[in-house]
Amino acid sequence: MAADRSASGGARLELRGVTKAFPGVLANDKVSFTVQPGEIHALLGENGAGKSTLVKMIYGVTQPDAGEIRWNGAPVGVSSPRAARKLGVGMVFQHFSLFEALSVTENIALGLDVSMRPGKLAARIREVLDAYGLALDPSRIVSSLSVGERQRIEIVRALLLEPELLIMDEPTSVLTPQEAAQLFETLRQLAARGCSVLYISHKLKEIQELCDAATILRGGKVVAECQPRRETAGSMAEMMIGAGLAAVKRPKARALGAEKLVVEGLSTAGEGLALQDISFRVRAGEILGVAGVAGNGQNELLEVLSGERPAARGSAQLSGGELLGRSPNARRKLGLCAAPEERNGHAAVGEFSLAENAALTGRDRRNLTSFGLVRPAPTRAFAEEIIARFDVRTTGPGALASALSGGNLQKFVIGREILQAPEALIVAQPTWGVDAGAAAVIHQALLDLAAKGCAIVLISQDLDELLAIVDQLAVINEGRLSPARETGAVSIEALGLLMGGVHGAEDSGADGGAEEAAYAG
Amino acid sequence: MRVELVARREPSRLMLYLTPLLAVSLTALVGAGVFSLLGYDGPGAAFMIFVQPITNPSLWPDLAAKAAPLVIIAVGLAIGFRANVWNIGAEGQYVVGALAGTGVALGTWGMQGAWILPLMVLAGMLAGGLYAGVPALLRTRLGVSEILTSLMLNYAAIQLLYYLMRGPWKDPEGYGFPETRQFDEARTVPKLSDWGLLTELDPGGVVHFGAPLAILLALIAWFVMARSLFGFRIRVSGAAPKAARYGGFAANRTIWMSLLLSGGLAGLAGVLHASGSVGQMVPAFPTGYGFMAIIVAFLGRLHPLGVALASIVLAITIIGGEEAQAKLGMPNAAAGVFQAMTLFFLLATDVFVKNRLRIGGRIKTGASA
Repeated sequence: MAADRSASGGARLELRGVTKAFPGVLANDKVSFTVQPGEIHALLGENGAGKSTLVKMIYGVTQPDAGEIRWNGAPVGVSSPRAARKLGVGMVFQHFSLFEALSVTENIALGLDVSMRPGKLAARIREVLDAYGLALDPSRIVSSLSVGERQRIEIVRALLLEPELLIMDEPTSVLTPQEAAQLFETLRQLAARGCSVLYISHKLKEIQELCDAATILRGGKVVAECQPRRETAGSMAEMMIGAGLAAVKRPKARALGAEKLVVEGLSTAGEGLALQDISFRVRAGEILGVAGVAGNGQNELLEVLSGERPAARGSAQLSGGELLGRSPNARRKLGLCAAPEERNGHAAVGEFSLAENAALTGRDRRNLTSFGLVRPAPTRAFAEEIIARFDVRTTGPGALASALSGGNLQKFVIGREILQAPEALIVAQPTWGVDAGAAAVIHQALLDLAAKGCAIVLISQDLDELLAIVDQLAVINEGRLSPARETGAVSIEALGLLMGGVHGAEDSGADGGAEEAAYAG
Repeated sequence: MRVELVARREPSRLMLYLTPLLAVSLTALVGAGVFSLLGYDGPGAAFMIFVQPITNPSLWPDLAAKAAPLVIIAVGLAIGFRANVWNIGAEGQYVVGALAGTGVALGTWGMQGAWILPLMVLAGMLAGGLYAGVPALLRTRLGVSEILTSLMLNYAAIQLLYYLMRGPWKDPEGYGFPETRQFDEARTVPKLSDWGLLTELDPGGVVHFGAPLAILLALIAWFVMARSLFGFRIRVSGAAPKAARYGGFAANRTIWMSLLLSGGLAGLAGVLHASGSVGQMVPAFPTGYGFMAIIVAFLGRLHPLGVALASIVLAITIIGGEEAQAKLGMPNAAAGVFQAMTLFFLLATDVFVKNRLRIGGRIKTGASA
């Protein structure tokens, strides 16, 4: 990166004093930074720091209130995503927009701004795949593809337009370590050819590994610029949250109690992925981690345990009492709480106030109803307690859940379940999209809850998170759960293979050896 | 110039309240135009239908009498609709409720006592609720859409009415007319004027105790929806079905509760109308209140108090339609056309609650004017 960072003439993208306000929030306050040609530039910040708003303006989804966006030295107005693509800006969103029932080529054709003959398009796709060594079969139907492959469709879609800047929004949150490594390789190749990459992530280690420069946002303002390779993960995290990171305190040797949550041969039928023969045991005070790539039965596992989904066979006992066949309410009264991964629409109702959302699951264990009425004062008080204890940034218990940022709503949901003092807690993706500071708060709260004797099942795709706080680790793949093992006894590589070696359980091919070895431990 | 719809960050409360007024105004405007083209006095009809009933106090008792059953039915429907349970069979439940009340009245014929009327009312509510239980059973057991089954049961109820009027329940002293006996005092909901209330406003004694009861029910429903666990269940189920299941509100139970409640209220409206306003059961009893209540529920934004106001608006169009028919020779269907247009425009303008219009964009040259 020989480019002189102060000379704007050579910059690919330059933001000067870009400001954007929404009712009640200043999302971006005079943000300025520069991205050089061929540079992989990280945009780092807490939830609600203004990263998404900023890239939406660069990609033309929204317009700045003030300030200037300069593209290759000249000021531009980006009025729409189409205009952005015309300039040469591509973007891969965190959530893909793909039609499950269509093939890769058809999906790409639908996303194009110009119409192209099928033959020509297929040839162009081939060219891009070959040029970047991307493994993807254009004739496959999307529903049969892994998340990593789906992401590659979006990348190909963007690369077909030969962009000069590619924006990647939290691209690795759904990938296995191996898939992430492949993605980095692609991005490096892209950069080597002169395309700039604007890389949004909250994973500090990735940024260190991949990025040439980083701009750190806090509260809508640029607080620091740095070269990630010269920093430590800790120092970047500090810049990001503006204070020293509270390291998660994990008691060395915890006294584990008797087996509390015992699941044997649990299987489901019906809609969704079928769970097959799930068995695990969690002792009082223990955290069982369930790793796995999204869509391998995590949601089904949470729902069958919480009572939202019927089980076909098996048993699930909490302190000796059978859970299966009981309603979600009855299970909650027995002490089993759950926090599903989808915050809006499942764990919480967007158009309801936080107080009402507090009553959604907390009404029995926190005694929020009497004579069939929801008691307003204790309900508000419970919501206020969650807000205070879990540092939920909001205007108060009357705020609508949909007005909260994803990370803040996540803190609220997790806090709501933890403050019900459950006997057992099933929690999915508790820190997905949550910034480092908030993640540490959530992790500490889970550890503290375990220390009080709660049995916790933590379903997560974030291996770092699992390795940091769980006692035992199992991997879910296509509805089957591997035997759980002590966290220290398993390597990241072996886990990655278990997760991503997807079809390994039945395969007996030459490349199945490693996965079987990993299963055998 | 470009005109485009842009999604709002939050639904507009102003638009939520404004669109019903907008819909009524558009209906009056377009209706006047359409009937002018057909060769009628369009503006006169619109005035007579939408304004006259408000300005002419002698029509007020009729308004109250027509609005009361609408409020009672629509409050129940609105609660179900909030939970995404679509009871389109209120007309049938209304008829069956009235028939059950009539059954009690005729079955106890010759007896006297203050217990007869409450028993009629109770029977009406039960029958309406049970009749709505049929779609609930089919939906929860077999997954059949309650929209279809409840709609079809309307016609079954009307056929039952015709059979009973022409056969078993025909007035033995009625000269062969297909009607029941006239209810006596013990079987009639008292008029407000019987108790000396509002006699100046209602000299003819048109309004019975169904009217104050309707207002009371709307207030109770408001409280229940806002404060009770049942209301919470209904609101969660409609807003986020997955969150409802997670929160411990089983969907099947919500369907049963919504249908039993809305059916029971429709049955109540039926028995009150038969006993209080008609005074007997007649084949012409079904006049579409159950269908109009659907319009009312949406016009009132599925809010109990909004429903009460919307009922008055619909009652205005009913009374006004009758007036226009009598005085301007408008066709019988005119009032129905106006009511349907109201719902049509409401649903059409609904888009502005969650979206806003952005007019403009690029005007390339000389924007001096």
